Amino acid sequence: MAKTVAMVGTDAVAEAMRQINPDVVPAYPITPQTAVVEKYAQMVADGIVDSEMINAESEHSAMSAAIGAAAGGARVMTATSSQGLALMWEMLYIASGMRLPVVMANVNRSLSAPINIHCDHSDSMGARDSGWIQLFSENAQETYDNVLQAIRIAEHPDVLTPVMVLLDGFIISHSIDRFDLIDDDVAKAFVGQYTPRNSLLDAANPSCWGAFDGLGGYFFEFKRAQAEGMLKAPAVIREVGKEYAEISGRRYDYFASYRMEDAEFVIVAAGSAAGTIRTAVDIFREKGLRVGLLKLRMFRPFPQQELVEALSHAKAVAVFDRSDTFAGDLGGPIFVETRSAFYEAEKRPQLMNFIYGLGGRDLPMSLVNQAIEMFKDAGSAEQKKRIVYLGLRD
Amino acid sequence: MRQWTWREHPLGAVIPEAATADHYETGGWRSLRPVLDREKCIDCFFCFIYCPDSSVMVQEDKMTGFKLQHCKGCGICAHECPKEAITMINEAEAKGLETCAADNKDGA
Repeated sequence: MAKTVAMVGTDAVAEAMRQINPDVVPAYPITPQTAVVEKYAQMVADGIVDSEMINAESEHSAMSAAIGAAAGGARVMTATSSQGLALMWEMLYIASGMRLPVVMANVNRSLSAPINIHCDHSDSMGARDSGWIQLFSENAQETYDNVLQAIRIAEHPDVLTPVMVLLDGFIISHSIDRFDLIDDDVAKAFVGQYTPRNSLLDAANPSCWGAFDGLGGYFFEFKRAQAEGMLKAPAVIREVGKEYAEISGRRYDYFASYRMEDAEFVIVAAGSAAGTIRTAVDIFREKGLRVGLLKLRMFRPFPQQELVEALSHAKAVAVFDRSDTFAGDLGGPIFVETRSAFYEAEKRPQLMNFIYGLGGRDLPMSLVNQAIEMFKDAGSAEQKKRIVYLGLRD
Repeated sequence: MRQWTWREHPLGAVIPEAATADHYETGGWRSLRPVLDREKCIDCFFCFIYCPDSSVMVQEDKMTGFKLQHCKGCGICAHECPKEAITMINEAEAKGLETCAADNKDGA
């Protein structure tokens, strides 16, 4: 029987980790991720799990240790946030390049400057081309569910690519939320045993990892091979989602559609904002406006074909971004990807971008309402704006 | 030589074989070369221990010279030698006396 609990989002990560019981957890604390590591360290100290916990001296070291342990054949998990993720930068590419199935929770927090500890997606968005799979969560339940599924996705032989599970800093990480835990034995059976394809510690079959590609050796071929993992990931993510539904009753896919069947106006959003937007959708539906929500779960790889199909009947689409690309009026990252996805499409809706919530700026219902009022007239003489900073003091 | 396509490389660029560096000359860009004075050598093996490239050759408890195929001329052996039995000489000058290929053959 599933157990219903009331816990903060960081506990949702730690509880999933407890059930997974990874071999090695190297970590360095950073707000708002700290509570994940604290809770897990307590579990290690109490003997509830038998992970080797490595208190690294920085996130760069934490990810380095994760890579080393994973190359040694261990199942490895860690967690970070913001500047910590930024400090892992060069190691992120090494984990994905060496095809090591590390799973990491990233508690989304803004990047300096100025210093701000609250939620936006700029940290993980910066790592969007690092070769990691990225899955967004709306609440503690989705966070927990994503962490369990991430193990299966990362370790799948067709994928062998690290996975980043994203949860909004404070909004999810530090809010008490009601969610269901799967039974320990069911969760353990779902994640299964990890069998690495080869290991540095296998002395009988010595291997060399991370070798130097001299001059024009194999780097190019190897990067193309790496892209294959990402190309094969969607099918695996869908399959793992279906299997997870059988044990949890909760279905996961590339995105979740809400009142999309006949929607003329669709909001695309990722993370905790989806909850507020869903309520706004209901309110506008009552007023007779056909609004829908497409909640993006899988940002990397980006489900461009499926997204275009799902949005093709819409008159206008508002993409909500909790970060900016600073690319000169190009809009936020989800907007850029969505717009690009529509290039070959025969039917293209009007697209607007709402950049909101940077540095934890709240997204109250009034702002979502304001956005809907604006984008329902997108492309008209009255509404020529394409990119709007929502909730900005202007 | 036919080169592998991207589909043929082992996943994650893992080389499923040990000590493959042995197949290659990695000492080709050496500018200084260690030379041993056998008279001064006491076979303490400090050079053997400190050499970062495992280029010091030892046979039957005797230091027998340098594997120039892999030696990059860092000079750590000369620095660590307690008897100053190792001298670093200019590689170009050394090459005037003998060819690199001959060294490599000796060292292999």
